[in-house]
Amino acid sequence: MKINTNSPPKSAFNLLLVVIIVIFGNLLSIGVSASDNSHGENKKPLNAGELIIDHIKDSHSIHFGGHLTLPLPVILYTDKGIDIFSASKLWDAHHESIPYTSPKTGITYFNNNEKIEIIDQLAFQSVAGLHTDTMPADHTSTLEPQADAAHSAIGIPAGYQTVHTSLIDFSITKNVFGMLFMLGALVLIFVKMARTASKNKGKAPRGMQNALEPFVLFIKDEVAMPALGKKKTSKYLPFLLSVFFFIWICNMLGLVPFLGGFNITGTLSITAVLALMVMIITNVSANEHYWLHIFWPPGVPFLIKFILVPIEVASLIIKPAVLMIRLTANINAGHIIILAFSSLILIFGEKSEMAGYGVGIFATLFMVFMFFIELLVAFLQAYVFTLLTALYFGDATQDHHHEEGHH
Amino acid sequence: MELLTVFLQVATETVANKGLAAIGAGLAAIGAGIGVGNIGAHALDSMARQPESMGDLRANMIVAAALVEGVALFAVIICLMVTF
Repeated sequence: MKINTNSPPKSAFNLLLVVIIVIFGNLLSIGVSASDNSHGENKKPLNAGELIIDHIKDSHSIHFGGHLTLPLPVILYTDKGIDIFSASKLWDAHHESIPYTSPKTGITYFNNNEKIEIIDQLAFQSVAGLHTDTMPADHTSTLEPQADAAHSAIGIPAGYQTVHTSLIDFSITKNVFGMLFMLGALVLIFVKMARTASKNKGKAPRGMQNALEPFVLFIKDEVAMPALGKKKTSKYLPFLLSVFFFIWICNMLGLVPFLGGFNITGTLSITAVLALMVMIITNVSANEHYWLHIFWPPGVPFLIKFILVPIEVASLIIKPAVLMIRLTANINAGHIIILAFSSLILIFGEKSEMAGYGVGIFATLFMVFMFFIELLVAFLQAYVFTLLTALYFGDATQDHHHEEGHH
Repeated sequence: MELLTVFLQVATETVANKGLAAIGAGLAAIGAGIGVGNIGAHALDSMARQPESMGDLRANMIVAAALVEGVALFAVIICLMVTF
């Protein structure tokens, strides 16, 4: 068996050297990019809040950095049919949004702050007998359309207005793409592991099974068994394992730096679906003791029942909602902190280069520390979600075995 | 009644609501600090009393800390909604 024959000072020195080189490289790159305003062909002043929100929210393209962007398909269901086109048609060479008229249905779309809207050329009603103005983006027109201030506030080009017809957006956005990518990766990994595990029954684990078996057994023995008991664990274990690994791997995807900044579990819609599934499974698989405990709790003084029952009924909705918000808030908060420190460097870099470098050192060290915390939070939030889900399932399906003390 | 309308106006119309949101987020941080600090303190006390249960205590401490942090983050989310 090989023992580490480096004497402690030597291996510690190697580690220190690696750490120093990594940090120095980070600082150099961040300092350099902070002093050059990469968003500024037109030198817009940096709005940190907008920058943070842009990096957190969903978008129709994956922006890898600089000018490298991967447009994603836009799939829209309108009254006149289904429109499918690439998101690159909705922006021009400078990545500003431009209207796009679909050749199939003739509807004009516009990417207004990553929300696709149908817009239409403003037809000025003839009040003074003037004919309808059909020229788009006519800045010199003296006839002011009513909501022009609102237009410039939300980014629709002048001369157009939003048409509020029904438009259902089924596009593959960044979150959907990331989620499908991660699901595909999970399916591949787990199917392969299951196959090798069933072939190697009784023998030592090999390969990917080595890495995943501890976690699977951890969820089974420490989370599912105590909450559900031996008989019902196998019924709910697939869901628990799926939820655990999905949340964990999606959280980790959001931490990978140059991949375009995915924020899958930080969007309310995805965590809402997870919480909804937990709620549906809990209430569908609940036995009569669960409902009895909610609507007429045994063992509670009679008058307190009237206070307790509304709280219990509300907790039917509140418990899954809290699951949803806890996960979203934790992941979002981590991303916002990291983005806020990056924009801090950019803000100081705008003022002066040396300030950018100086702040860059401290901000980068803090960001490295925050990334470690985020790694812990990624695992922990997945674990807490799974643990609470197992507890809710256990609550819902528990047997009637402690009634003796109540009557 | 007057006070309530004043609060409502401040919360929705004026610019002061962003400052109040920042104060709210700070209060949430205080709450999280007190809560998690309590959990850590009691866990350390119990670990000192009975060192062989350190592993169990550590796992339970982390779970309780995650739940308490969740509550603090609800407040942070609301403050963020006001700010942006």
